[in-house]
Amino acid sequence: MSCQGADCRKLLRELCDFLDGALDPATAQQIEAHLRQCDDCRALVDTTRKTIEFFCRTEPVPLPEDLRQRLHELLATRLGRKEPS
Amino acid sequence: MKSDQHVPQDGPAVAPPTAQDDEAALVAAARQGSLEAFEELVRRYEGRIFRLAYNITQNREEAEDVTQEAFLKAFEHLPEFHGDSRFYTWLVRIAVNEALMKLRRRRPNELPLDEMIETEDDLIPREIVDWGPTPDQRYEQAELQRILAEAIARLEPAYRVVFQLRDIEELPTEETARLLGLSVPAVKSRLLRARLKLRDLLDRHFRGSDRRELPGS
Repeated sequence: MSCQGADCRKLLRELCDFLDGALDPATAQQIEAHLRQCDDCRALVDTTRKTIEFFCRTEPVPLPEDLRQRLHELLATRLGRKEPS
Repeated sequence: MKSDQHVPQDGPAVAPPTAQDDEAALVAAARQGSLEAFEELVRRYEGRIFRLAYNITQNREEAEDVTQEAFLKAFEHLPEFHGDSRFYTWLVRIAVNEALMKLRRRRPNELPLDEMIETEDDLIPREIVDWGPTPDQRYEQAELQRILAEAIARLEPAYRVVFQLRDIEELPTEETARLLGLSVPAVKSRLLRARLKLRDLLDRHFRGSDRRELPGS
């Protein structure tokens, strides 16, 4: 199955603004009414929302120790300070 | 929820310092030449800036260069930072520009960030299957991170950058457009494509993941 109807295409066009809560109230209500009737579009909205959430929850990457050390030394040099040994 | 209580600065009730107050104090100290204060800012944001740089460049060496240059430039240009935005947002702008320079240098003929003519026809997902409420719990954390990293690596640079700025760094659409030299509709179009493509790439891992799998089935 896949979304083919006019309302499904409208949902696709408005998907980002709908997920971001950026739609005007009337359009948002139309989309919500369509979602109550269309299993495919409901699944599309839900899985796209989860996709965004997974990436938002990724942990920052630890800085490689040699890069941290290099950065520290460069900053100290630019400040014209002598590094403590 | 924000407090609606007005607390005068010299009154008896003093609101505890927020993370942003703390950041402003660190920035002010760094502007006065405090290496310690700036290094605290580096410690706070180095992981996020390195992740941003790696997600955009998809190259560890370039991500290291971008991270280093971003912090050095931020330090040198600190007098030009007037606190109109959060320090982190300002830092992101610097890092993104550095990362884009790397991309453009590496892919001079691909014009990954210019406006493109795009149609909606190829956007319709071929098949849509619900993932259930907790599809990520099927995987160990490290495996989940690997799946996500592979997916974002497969995204075209033009879409990857927009997704990184809008959804991971949570920059507004207008700011993303300004930063990338794109129109607002172009940012929206690319964000939609990025989200749908990533959804599609994750779908093979998560579809039907809440169904209990029987041994040998």
